[in-house]
This record gives sequence, structure tokens and C-alpha cells, in this order.
Amino acid sequence: MLDLTKYSSIGAALKDAVEKFANETCLIESDREREKDRLTYAEFKRRALPLARALQDASFSATDRASIIMTNQSKWLISAYAIFYSGGVLVPLDYKLTPAEQWQLLCHSGAKILITEYPIWRQLSNSPARGNATSLETVLVTEAPPNADLAGAHRWEEFRGSSEPAFIPQERKDVASIVYSSGTGGHPKGCMMTHENYLEQCVALTSLYPFWPGVRYLSILPTNHAIDFMVGFFGPFTCGAAVVHLRTLRPEFVREAFTKYTITYVSLVPLVLKNLQKGLQTKFAELPPGKGKIFDKLVAINRALTKPHPRLWLSRRLLKQVHAAFGGELRAIIVGGAFTEPQTLQFFYDLGIPVANGYGLTEAGTAITVNDLRPFRADSVGKPLPGMEVKIVDPAPDGVGEVYVRSKTVMSGYLNDPELTAETILDGWLRTGDLGKFDAQGHLHLSGRKKNMIVTEEGKNIYPEDIESVFEALPVKEFCVFAANYVWPKRSMVGEQLILVIHLENNQNLTDELKADIANRNSRLLNYKRIHGMVLFNEDFPRTASLKIKRNDLATLLAQLDRDHAILPL
Amino acid sequence: MPTLENTTQEVLTLAEQHFRLAPGSLSPSDDFFKKLGIDSLQTLELLSRLENHFNIELPDYEVQGVSDFKTLAERIQSRL
Repeated sequence: MLDLTKYSSIGAALKDAVEKFANETCLIESDREREKDRLTYAEFKRRALPLARALQDASFSATDRASIIMTNQSKWLISAYAIFYSGGVLVPLDYKLTPAEQWQLLCHSGAKILITEYPIWRQLSNSPARGNATSLETVLVTEAPPNADLAGAHRWEEFRGSSEPAFIPQERKDVASIVYSSGTGGHPKGCMMTHENYLEQCVALTSLYPFWPGVRYLSILPTNHAIDFMVGFFGPFTCGAAVVHLRTLRPEFVREAFTKYTITYVSLVPLVLKNLQKGLQTKFAELPPGKGKIFDKLVAINRALTKPHPRLWLSRRLLKQVHAAFGGELRAIIVGGAFTEPQTLQFFYDLGIPVANGYGLTEAGTAITVNDLRPFRADSVGKPLPGMEVKIVDPAPDGVGEVYVRSKTVMSGYLNDPELTAETILDGWLRTGDLGKFDAQGHLHLSGRKKNMIVTEEGKNIYPEDIESVFEALPVKEFCVFAANYVWPKRSMVGEQLILVIHLENNQNLTDELKADIANRNSRLLNYKRIHGMVLFNEDFPRTASLKIKRNDLATLLAQLDRDHAILPL
Repeated sequence: MPTLENTTQEVLTLAEQHFRLAPGSLSPSDDFFKKLGIDSLQTLELLSRLENHFNIELPDYEVQGVSDFKTLAERIQSRL
């Protein structure tokens, strides 16, 4: 691994990595049964540098912003390398957002360059919101069909300069990327992550979960997400490991990839992990009674022998078939993006597959705490990573309070939002808005949220403000969306739901027509963003002088209602 | 080539079989997340079944944001 303490930027570290590991496999890209591409670090460099040159020829220079909206694939990483090489700031956006949302974030970020895939560009270029992105100068589109109308974009594959690009150095405190943690509904939260944030986080994470040449990381979580960016790009690259991309994320192809490419690490969201668990449990239940009993005994033996720490070689022998299905080389499943239930973690650990469970948020880098597996603990989110100071503020008698973090991995602030930055980072401490406590062994236990938002099992952060626009002009006096657990605090990190609070006009009733209108609007939202119930409130909402709803005050009023009776099903 | 109506009907029948529902219980305008209570992962499993049945490849991006059977059938139809 490179000694990252000596580097001042992502670009400088990556530049050395592609030299140092020139002959190691860097990227493998597979589409269903077909392997589309396989690159060494030297080949990766040969593809990235002409792109860097062309970007520089297009007057892309230091601190300019370039956005990537792509599914996980080799061109994502090649493009990011070229951006960092040129001293640029990366703006990775979620390819699953709607075109209007993507345009909104492109505008907010001030991106000068956009690198995207043809199907995504087709939707973006047809969106009426396109006109707002005045700072955007150049669009590069990958994999466009030969006669496609590119709507002003250039072909990524042909966008190449012929001379050597200049390497533009950056300092540790310079912004490396702007990562949107949420805010597609009028309050974009663009976390400004510095080069130092990534360098420090990478050192901390790889001290617990090391990469080396020969390691193969299966990249499934979107690369725009902090976790995959770190463990599916920067981490493996600075250690000479390989990243495997799948162009089709159907479960059967994902399953196949484990054995085909003998995967070492993979990151998943809790929903996928749970699904994997269900699938395995069904298979185990189908074993003939005799075999089933033997299998259960082997699992019990494995559990006993791996109690103090994992013994991979032993687990692989004891539970050979299970491990063979995962390729036989899997060292750990990294799970993140949302809270994972302890029984799921324990299920995999008992099979000899450690799950690197942790806790983090974009604003704090990738991870704040991670389970160090010595010993494995399913009931906590682990201990703070090296370099992380974590404290519990204003604890209740049971020790639960708000989690604050201070470290070199904490963002420098929110883009164009000094007020929100000042509210979020107090004297260098990041207020996470999450509630938790430490146990005697120094493990952090999360138990709820202080902030008005939910995190789904798919790892999506949903802020009520962001989905209210779909209910705009609803024929009621006023409405507001809340996270139910924010109004009625609940010590839980799972099953979080959003509710729509409605104040009807005088003499107005909750008619079937109104209910249908609400249900219809709700169905326009992506499935994980939908509200689960509504609450009728018969008083005027408290408002500021500028008539904005005072959400906190309204929540306090709502809290006086009985939750179970107040929430009406849709 | 089958008509869009035929394709839609086949999609509904396959979805009913896949999720073990009574024949005729799904309709084209049904939102499959809501009606079936499924998540995006289960949708992907259904897509694989549809691909095998129609003998087509449906790239993941084609079904991004699709949540009703009618639109899904249209996407399939365009690749038949």
C-alpha cells in the first residue's frame, strides 16, 4: 500500500499508484456472462491520460468542477482519475435520481463538465430543467449508439488529447469532491470533502480491512456513494487491488460474480444483505433432515471456534459449500448506508463470513465506527476508527444522547450554505443528528434519530422537505411531511416511516376523493420515498414571519397526539 | 410480433406466477411496489424472469424509475 500520510491529494496518490502497481489487474468489467474489459493499472493510465489532456484542452483547470452521473463501470473511475489528475473537483451524482433532480444538483454544484452515459443523457437532454445549468460547458457521453443524436454532447470514447496532460497538484485542505448527502427538494446539501478527508479515511479503514494486489472488490453500491468511492476506488487503487464492475445487477449475475471472480470483499446495503440471508435460509431449510442436523452442528462448532475472532481458513473448511458459493475467497461483506439488524449480522458471522458493520455519514467521510471483529459484536456498530473522536452530548439518564464527531475526515462544510454548516459543525465537532451511547467496551450503540429524516434499508436518506413538492397545491389548508420517529421519538433505527400532516379547511372533510388524490401523488414518488400514513391536525401550523412552517414547533404540537391513533393509513 | 396488449397480458401473467397471485389479480396500471409490497431487489428478480420469457435483454437503465406494469410492458415491447 502507498504511505498516504506522504500525499497531499487524491490525484497525487492515484498517480503514484498506477505507476507502482502497473502490471497488477486494476479493473474487470462484466456484463451478464460476457467479460467486457480487463485492465491493468498501466492500461488504466493509458486510457485516463488522453481524457485528462482533452479536459485540459477544453479549459478545465484546477478547482473547476466536473460531475459524473454513471452506473458502476470502468469509465467512471477512468473519468474520476482524469478529473483529479487535472486538479479538478469531482461532483459524483446518483444515477437513480430523476433528470430534474440531477439538473438541480448540477446547477447547484456549478459543474463545468458532465460525464454521463448515453441512456442517462437521453433523459437529461430532454428534460425542461436543462436550461437552468448555465455553468455547464461540456458534456461527455459514453457508449452512445453510432447514429445517436447527442444533443450537443461529445462522445467520451473520442474525447482524447494527444499530448501529455499536465499534472495539477492540490493541497490537503483543498476540496476534492462535492458529495450530495440529500436535498433534491430545494435544499441541496453538498458536502465539500477535502483531499485530507479521503486520505485520512483511507488510512483508517485499510488498517482494519486491508487491500493488496490480488484482492478483488465487487463494486455494487453506487460509486457516487461515499462507501463505494472509498472501498471501490480510492482504497483498492492505493493498494494495487482490483475492482470488479457488473453492468447488470440482477441477483443471479451478482451470485455468479462471486465464484467467477473469486471476490475478496463486497459492500452491500442492509436490504440486499437481508435478501441474501433469506435466500440462504430457504436453501438450508430444504436440506434433508440428516444433512440439516449435521449442517446445524457445523455452524455451532464454527460459532464457538470463531467467538474471539474470525478464523477464515477454519470456517472455509467447516462450511465448505457455503463458502464455495461465495467464491471461497470472501474475507468480509462490508455493509453500510443504513442500519443493519443484529440477527442478520450474526447469521453471516456464524457461517464464517464476517460482516464489517459500521456507522457513518457522508459529512464525516465514509465511516465513523466499524466493527473490528475482535471479538465480533452483532449488537453494536463498532468502535470509533483510528483518528475519530466521538462523544455523546446531553445524554439522558440511560446514557443516550446525540453523537458528535471530530476528525480529519469531517467535511469542510456545505457548499453555498454557511448557515447550515454553522448549525452542523460546532467548534470542529460534527453534530450527526443520530442518537446513541457507548458501552463499557467502547462500542457505539445507535438508538434513534434527533433529525427529521429517515434512512431506508436501501441506504437512501430521505428528508421530508425533499418530497413535499409532490403534494404542492393539494386542496387542503396546509400540509407538512415529517419522519414519524422525529415527532414521536422512538428508540429504533429500522422501519422508519414518513407521514403527511394535513390541516383541512373549515368545513372540509377527508373525502375519498382527497384520499385518492393523496395516494395518487404519493405513487408518483419513487417507492422508497413514499409516505406511509397521514395525520389530521386541526390548528393553524406555527409559521415564521416569512410564513415558513416552524417544523420543530409543529412537531412539538403533534407529539401531544397519540401516535397509534393519530396516524391514519393511506 | 405480438401486440402491446398481448405483451402486457403476458407480463401480468408472469408477475402473477412469480409472486404466486391468483390469475387476473393484477392490472396494467398497478404500481408493482405498492400492489405487491415488493422492494427494488424483488423487481430485479421479476425482470430476469421476463427477460428469459421474452428472450430479450433489458438493461437496468431501461427500467429505471418504472413502477407500473403498463410502462414495463412498453419497454419490453420496444425490444421485441
